[in-house]
Amino acid sequence: MLNKFPLWKNMIILIAVAIGFIYALPNLYPDDYAVQISGARSSTQVDERTLERAVTALEEAGIEVRSAEVDEPDGLIRLAGGEAQLKARPIVQAALGNDYLVALNMAPSTPDWLRSIGAGPMKLGLDLRGGVHFLLEVDMETALKQRLEALSGQVKQDLRDERIRYRGGEVAGAQNIVLTFRDESERDKAFSLVRDQYNQFLLDERRGDDDEYELVLTLSEAQVREIEDYAVEQNLTTLRNRVNELGVAEPLVQQQGRSRIVVELPGVQDTAQAKRVIGATANLEFRLEARQDAPAGTTEVYPFRDSENRTARLEKEVIASGDSVANAQQGFDENGQPQVNITMNSAGGDRMNRATRDAIQRRMAVLFIEYKSETTERRVDGEMKEVEKRSVERGIISLATIQSALGSSFRITGLDSVAEAAELALLLRAGSLAAPMYFAEERTIGPSLGQKNIDAGMMSVALGFGLVLIYMAVFYRVFGLIANLTLTINLMMLIACMSILSATLTLPGIAGIVLTVGMAVDANVLIFERIKEELKSGMPPQSAINAGYSRAFVSIVDANITTLLVAVILFAMGSGPVKGFAVTLCIGILTSMFTSLLVSRGIVNFAFGGRKIEKLSIGGKLANA
Amino acid sequence: MPNVEKKPIDFMGIRKVAAAFSIALVLGSLIILAINGLNLGLDFTGGTSVELEYSEAPALDDIRNVLADSGYENFVVQNFGAETSVLVRLSDAFDDELAAQVTEDLRTTGQELELVRSSFVGSQVGDELKEDSGLGLLLALAVVLVYVAMRFQAKFGLASVVPLAHDVIIILGIFSLFQWTFDLSVLAALLAVIGYSLNDTIVVADRIRENFRKMRVGDSEHIINESIHQTISRTLNTSGTTLVVLIALYLFGGEAINNFAIALIFGVIVGTYSSIYVAASMLLALGVSRDDLVIPPKEGLVGQEGEDEEEQPPEWLNRM
Repeated sequence: MLNKFPLWKNMIILIAVAIGFIYALPNLYPDDYAVQISGARSSTQVDERTLERAVTALEEAGIEVRSAEVDEPDGLIRLAGGEAQLKARPIVQAALGNDYLVALNMAPSTPDWLRSIGAGPMKLGLDLRGGVHFLLEVDMETALKQRLEALSGQVKQDLRDERIRYRGGEVAGAQNIVLTFRDESERDKAFSLVRDQYNQFLLDERRGDDDEYELVLTLSEAQVREIEDYAVEQNLTTLRNRVNELGVAEPLVQQQGRSRIVVELPGVQDTAQAKRVIGATANLEFRLEARQDAPAGTTEVYPFRDSENRTARLEKEVIASGDSVANAQQGFDENGQPQVNITMNSAGGDRMNRATRDAIQRRMAVLFIEYKSETTERRVDGEMKEVEKRSVERGIISLATIQSALGSSFRITGLDSVAEAAELALLLRAGSLAAPMYFAEERTIGPSLGQKNIDAGMMSVALGFGLVLIYMAVFYRVFGLIANLTLTINLMMLIACMSILSATLTLPGIAGIVLTVGMAVDANVLIFERIKEELKSGMPPQSAINAGYSRAFVSIVDANITTLLVAVILFAMGSGPVKGFAVTLCIGILTSMFTSLLVSRGIVNFAFGGRKIEKLSIGGKLANA
Repeated sequence: MPNVEKKPIDFMGIRKVAAAFSIALVLGSLIILAINGLNLGLDFTGGTSVELEYSEAPALDDIRNVLADSGYENFVVQNFGAETSVLVRLSDAFDDELAAQVTEDLRTTGQELELVRSSFVGSQVGDELKEDSGLGLLLALAVVLVYVAMRFQAKFGLASVVPLAHDVIIILGIFSLFQWTFDLSVLAALLAVIGYSLNDTIVVADRIRENFRKMRVGDSEHIINESIHQTISRTLNTSGTTLVVLIALYLFGGEAINNFAIALIFGVIVGTYSSIYVAASMLLALGVSRDDLVIPPKEGLVGQEGEDEEEQPPEWLNRM
């Protein structure tokens, strides 16, 4: 029994450990406190001059600037500490004005060569860095109802166009539209029309209470699902836009479950403001461009959203507003040019039709209206006070010539690029939420608590780890030291895996690491006890090592796989804290299996393999047998 | 620490006493749970909690008075970790604006305070979590049962799941008895205990399986006793190191994970005990015998007994 690994096995172990080392490395470089500067609009660029202005303002205020760099498309100013960071933000904001958003950020100080291979530190969860967490519930019932009403309008319009006489057509119940007809032939005509043109409905013919001929249109399950998905997706888009307006670095907006949306804003402390922005509704208005000879009292001049110098004179009368836009999608016309397809709900469609019938060849504008509220600091009676200012910002996002009378669905063509079309569609959709939302959960974590949590977590990891190292060294001597080396590699690889997967480290996650450290010992203990046993039964050392590892293998795999199963279930069902814990536990089990079965064996082989050995230093009297 | 080398300790000799003890603990826990219920945390009940840091230790009664005067009902005010930090919990109020308002109201007393953390959980979210957690626990047990039954044998499956249920019930009983807050982190700890206790049980079961195949003499009780004896040193060493780490976590991990650490500390102790006295006793009680674990004859030969459904572990498992 030689206990030698073939070269390839040793190489694999070495390479894996080396990769682990490199990817765990960025975590040694602490994040810098920084302020991040970004343009309030995508057209505003942050360049060297902008940064220079900010840096000058900071230096005048006596705040030390570590470095300032342009990190396309944003600018980043690194500062000496957390206090300087808090002081710097309002100063930079004041110096740059409202065209720029200034956010608190933690900038990784990972060296370039590490960054170039995609290595970066673990992300810190909200409980470790402070911030707010919102859980929003999308009101699906209303989403369905709105969509159904829009469809009902279209169906009725089509019936009228085909001169089929009907009554009713109101939205009844959760997913039904009921149409009533005078006789069977009318109903049959309606039936084939709806069947041919609206495949989203399941049709049902029945006799009503008063012996009438009724046609029931029911949304199919697939369609309901699609509408719900759309509602969540649309609200996600809207929320992302709004969160961007907040100027938070690295926000998280994510769907959770079928109807919920998680919003996490690291660093934000003022929940009230965050909620105003998230909960606010931007709006849209469709208006005709004013005629040359229109009296001034009936018109208003608005700038374009993307270039303030260009303006247009619009009529005061509003044709329709954003909440009547049921959908807007970027598409292509018959010549392959980009366009935006807009679907209005029935009321909006009717109004659009009436207004545009007599306005062919005139231009129609889409006006984007944002309700903003800003808090500015102002000196009142010698004291600095926060003053809240609400403002409404209106800008034209599209001005297009009306080619023919518009109905409930129409399109805007003549756009310059696909990107412009996509942006316009997005703004049209962002104008209103697809379905109302309400706050189902809210958590605020102060930054001081975050720091306290980090310190406490690190302290307990360090202490727990140290105690385990001592414990192992005392009980298993040289083998204990090997186990300790293995454990250290395990911890390193766990951190490396979490960094590579950019998993988020949370407080329960730290607890998971601590627990993994405790449990990773288990595999080593199993092996060593087994070796001791074999020695006791009179086996020579080399054979005992081999037998110890191979016999313990089955136990270790079985035990770890069952625990892994539990961890996976935890991950699948868990939310928030449970998930953070499950992630570290899962990764920890995998790395500890790798390190205790391969790495530890490799080290033992290196230390004892390939030569004659009389005794093993593995602790206990029997070690000398 | 343990380095048992003399005659095997008669672990199974006191299994009847241990069984009575376990049953008493489980029944006691169930009774306490029925009477006291769990002190469910905000995550499950919904409501609002606000954690405040005062610059000077405040009188809790003053805070209560201010809150009562401001018209709040059904609130709990307590210290959280330090004298200067205060936790206010409003269980019945389902309003997401509340946290900010409470802070404002308390500022009127003139004391300096800072909002450290606030949480609002809607009742629906809490209810769903309760359901999901229960489901998750059951699912975890079911998966373990199936996996162990497949890898070992049906009796082992049962003998590994019952101790898990035993551990979970006893920890719930402890939390109910002391009315410690049962929140999401404790739930996570509970699931970790399942994983841990399972780990222990499997190691013992693995040795029992091995010994049944290897040792040709002795009855089931003797073999199980021998197996426990062979693994006891490992069991205690692992539990020892884990406990050491957990105690570090409890002492230095901060208030927020105290309950998590407590649940795990009790879990490791109960889990270690149950892997011997519940799992192994169960195996004996179920009448596990050599026949349950004989490696079935190769295909083509006629099996002696229909009960021999245990599969041989895949070849790669026995190889290093």
